[in-house]
Amino acid sequence: MQTINFLKPNRDNIKNYSIIGSFLVLISLIDVISNAFLKTNLTSFLHGSLSSLFPLILGLIGLNMMRIDYSGNKTLDKLNKNINTNNFNAVLTLLILFSIIKALPPSLSWMILDANISGDSKDACTGTGACWTYIKVWFRRFMYGMYPNEFHWRINTAFILVIALGFVGYFMKENLKKYLALYYVIIYPVIAYLVIYYLISGGSFGLQWVETGAWGGLSLTFIVSFFCLIFCFPLGMIFALGRRSNLPAIKYISICYIEFWRGVPLITVLFMSSVMFPMFLPEDFFMDKLVRVIIAITLFEAAYCAEVIRGGLQSLPRGQYDAAKSLGMGYWKMHIFVILPQALKLVIPGIANTFLALVKDTPLIFVVGLAELAGMLALAKTNPKWLGFAMEGYIFASIIFWIICYAMSKYSYNLEAKYKTER
Amino acid sequence: MSDPIIKIQNMNKWFGDFQVLKNINLEVEANKKIVVCGPSGSGKSTLIRCINRLEEHQEGDIIVDGNELSEKTKDIEKIRAEVGMVFQQFNLFPHLSILDNCTLAPIWVKKMPKKEAQELALDQLKKVQIDDQANKFPGQLSGGQQQRCAIARALCMQPKIMLFDEPTSALDPEMIKEVLDAMVSLAKGGMTMIVVTHEMGFAKEVADEVIFMDEGMIIEKADTKEFFANPKSDRTKLFLSQIL
Repeated sequence: MQTINFLKPNRDNIKNYSIIGSFLVLISLIDVISNAFLKTNLTSFLHGSLSSLFPLILGLIGLNMMRIDYSGNKTLDKLNKNINTNNFNAVLTLLILFSIIKALPPSLSWMILDANISGDSKDACTGTGACWTYIKVWFRRFMYGMYPNEFHWRINTAFILVIALGFVGYFMKENLKKYLALYYVIIYPVIAYLVIYYLISGGSFGLQWVETGAWGGLSLTFIVSFFCLIFCFPLGMIFALGRRSNLPAIKYISICYIEFWRGVPLITVLFMSSVMFPMFLPEDFFMDKLVRVIIAITLFEAAYCAEVIRGGLQSLPRGQYDAAKSLGMGYWKMHIFVILPQALKLVIPGIANTFLALVKDTPLIFVVGLAELAGMLALAKTNPKWLGFAMEGYIFASIIFWIICYAMSKYSYNLEAKYKTER
Repeated sequence: MSDPIIKIQNMNKWFGDFQVLKNINLEVEANKKIVVCGPSGSGKSTLIRCINRLEEHQEGDIIVDGNELSEKTKDIEKIRAEVGMVFQQFNLFPHLSILDNCTLAPIWVKKMPKKEAQELALDQLKKVQIDDQANKFPGQLSGGQQQRCAIARALCMQPKIMLFDEPTSALDPEMIKEVLDAMVSLAKGGMTMIVVTHEMGFAKEVADEVIFMDEGMIIEKADTKEFFANPKSDRTKLFLSQIL
């Protein structure tokens, strides 16, 4: 007991103890870092496995010396509370730190130090590291698919226009604010569709027609996600309300719809939309493959949205309905002004979840021959001139998807904070 | 004697197999104040919720201001707009400010111009002495303030009848008084009121009639003085002896 107490600080000597403790932890970290980066073993004088355990033991003693219930020093208390509550957690902390340090040099050298980015053919990649030349050469394909290079400005312009139109709500005059929902639910999608149709598809105004089969890459990811997101939300809202309706016909249609679409895998829905669906259409009726895919994903995700929104509707106390009714509001007024504003606020995290899943589901449209970002990767990695660079491609795609999804989830946090009212 | 504004005849109501209201007969004349009391589970709340059809009755007639309430009633919203209601749990809309809580229904149900609705709302809020809180949100107010706001919100619809469903039961003893004061001054203004409450002091002060209910039936209905001075049924006597 005496020896353990010897390492236990009290409030009087915590200052010295924490200095010695952090010094010991520092030594253990230096040992690991020099081991990982400089490939030198500072503790080679120690025997075998003892040498590799040395930093762990040293770090543990150091952390043990710093551990105290309450010191008054904010940084130290925070450290103790979060990563140093007991010996087991201290060991975990050290192991995680060591693993990160150990993993850094190889990943750094693969991704940056030994990587190649110059040149424009496979021959430029001679190092043992990543071949970013591959990404560089294929960059336009990954972004725009097979869309003709000289027309890429059309896609860029269309996107800028659509984004700009999306911000209209911020600059709308106060007296027009009540039409905001109408704008975003009906007018905006229509304008966005027209912009994308006339600019990216072309065929009129002297712009050359580019068929949707040539579209691809990240821009296609954006187009598919964008339309599915803005259409599936209102549709989901309608089915969520429908499922709670008192009218049996509406209620059971909604239940059937939701249960049907939740019951089938997205990949079969996509197959059906592109293979089976045209068979049921009249001979002379033509619907573009991309449009069919967007409709399919929208209908599919609307079912999920509906259930998320229904969860929000159900979490509202019955008193809110009673109060709205007692003030003489009918079904629609009650839902538009009282129920939905509260319910939708509650389901922001759930909706964000669904939307993120939707964005990450878009690569599935590859099965019907549409190559968005991940699809283009799959095509590029089988190109005979560029075999063997799948890894770089997937890392690139993961980073892009991560940025998109992280931005979306950040945005949803902002929305939550913005619409938070004290209950 | 004028025509009653609320007329309930032989009304029965079931929740599933359980009969909550048994053969209710009640007439309320305009400008009268009725207090309904009785043990919990006796159907008091259900009775007044039937009057603006938040609950549907299965048998008998309910006639409110000349309109019969039934499945065939088309403009139930119109009738509800004439009948204000205050709830035990306040039921303010938490996403709207106090002022917006009060102006929402006048603007969208009565199609009142926004400015007019705001003036009316501030006027009503002033009467219950919370006009200085108009721009706060319900969550920032005390229970008593919230309940007074709920009263103001109902009054903004300029109803002919006010229903109170245990308006003080969810409040601290200190806050009960401020809500009761608001109700008393409303009563003195001549509003037709039906109040479900256990506040017998309030009943003695403002009620014209007191109704005692138990097990879904109206056991006793009498003038206030009569009710407290010599209750007729034994059940009423027992009840009064326990709460007074």
